[in-house]
Amino acid sequence: MTDPTGDRTPLERAVVIGASAGGVQALSSILAALPAHYPHPILIVLHVPQRSDSLLVELMRPKCGMIVKEAEDKEMLRQGTVYFAPPGYHLLMEQTMTVALSTDEPVNFSRPAIDVLFETAADALGPDVTGVILTGANHDGAQGLCAIGAAGGTAIVQDPSEAEMPTMPRAALEACPSARSLRIDAIVQALLREAA
Amino acid sequence: MANSTDDHEIQLLLEDLFQHYHYDFRLYARASIKRRLLQARVQLGFGSIAEIRSAVLRDATLLPRLLDFLTVQVSEMFRDPSYFRALREQVIPHLRTYPSLKVWVAGCSNGEELYSLAILFHEEGLARKTMFYATDINPTALKAAQAAVYPLDRVRQFTENHQQSGARSSLSDYYTADYGRAVFDRSLGSQIVFSDHSLVTDAAFGEMHLISCRNVLIYFDRDLQDRAIGLFRESLARRGFLGLGSKESLRFSAHADAFGAFVGKEKIYQRIGA
Repeated sequence: MTDPTGDRTPLERAVVIGASAGGVQALSSILAALPAHYPHPILIVLHVPQRSDSLLVELMRPKCGMIVKEAEDKEMLRQGTVYFAPPGYHLLMEQTMTVALSTDEPVNFSRPAIDVLFETAADALGPDVTGVILTGANHDGAQGLCAIGAAGGTAIVQDPSEAEMPTMPRAALEACPSARSLRIDAIVQALLREAA
Repeated sequence: MANSTDDHEIQLLLEDLFQHYHYDFRLYARASIKRRLLQARVQLGFGSIAEIRSAVLRDATLLPRLLDFLTVQVSEMFRDPSYFRALREQVIPHLRTYPSLKVWVAGCSNGEELYSLAILFHEEGLARKTMFYATDINPTALKAAQAAVYPLDRVRQFTENHQQSGARSSLSDYYTADYGRAVFDRSLGSQIVFSDHSLVTDAAFGEMHLISCRNVLIYFDRDLQDRAIGLFRESLARRGFLGLGSKESLRFSAHADAFGAFVGKEKIYQRIGA
């Protein structure tokens, strides 16, 4: 199936990443290692204080080859692009390969919540999504990763022994036993293999 | 796949809600509706979306409970204080020049935003010449908005937001604390008209000077967003103002030309042209 406009191939996969305490460092290492033409969109929820203006995009942009932006309501996902959830909003993936924002109540005391992104991504893409849980000091993302695993997607967790905060990776591994536990460099390799 | 069964049942349920009860959620952003309906299924004790469907057709008393899942928004008073500061410092000076004012809070839910504006207008000395129109599709939410009672533990955040909005008074001047609840002053409500109104299916209101509708459009798909923005366009007086949520914009709207960015960063627009 080709895009009727002919100017780009339709998206078939997406990568979703969730991170909390210690996440900036871990995310930087991963994003810096991916090429500008990485073929899948990457959607990220990183827990930040709800009232902060998002400096993440500014922080990450110079380190990445891919385009880095804050996700905008109803925008169409594109390859080679990293989308961050804006502070104070949940980020949801629609079946139409667009994203939506919501101000629904916090989930796991978080808004954005990793579970919301991951569960909607599992719903939208079934087996064609890769979920990655990185360092963090809470349990957000465990249910979402579980949903990705159950839908036949690829579930990856940062090795808790390497994570700055092992709580979140451990909770994810417990909820989703089929998830692979990998160190950051192996996560990068896994993501690159999916691009091949 | 279990998911696609749910999707199909959700589509049928939304059709039923429209055909039988005239509530139209068919063009709402689907991922969020689905999450809310799946929560409703669990919390209302149903085995499937299909069971909700047949129950709500048999028993109209289930409808308000379902609407609470589909529509209710928990907000804060003075959420995004910089928005209210911009209204206070940049929009209010224009509004002062009118002999009387009409303000529409579209999708008022439980009323947090409505009372934020009512208090702000009171502080700026405009309350007596202003009529507020507060609308929502959910009758339970409208009742809650009318009651103006909020849990006291939320008021600390409200107070902090209010101060950051450039407050000229103390929020505690406007409520009395009572058994863990903050009961807001009845006099705030004296110039508010509450009414059942749908941005999806109902018509425009006349000659508004300010419309505040924040974090409502993100729940709509692009076509429905455009319908609502068209309603706002028709409802605004010449040079009237429209305030949207911090992640909402008119950029993709067919009506974009009818508005100018007034305080771009705060998503405050002004009606221009014909």
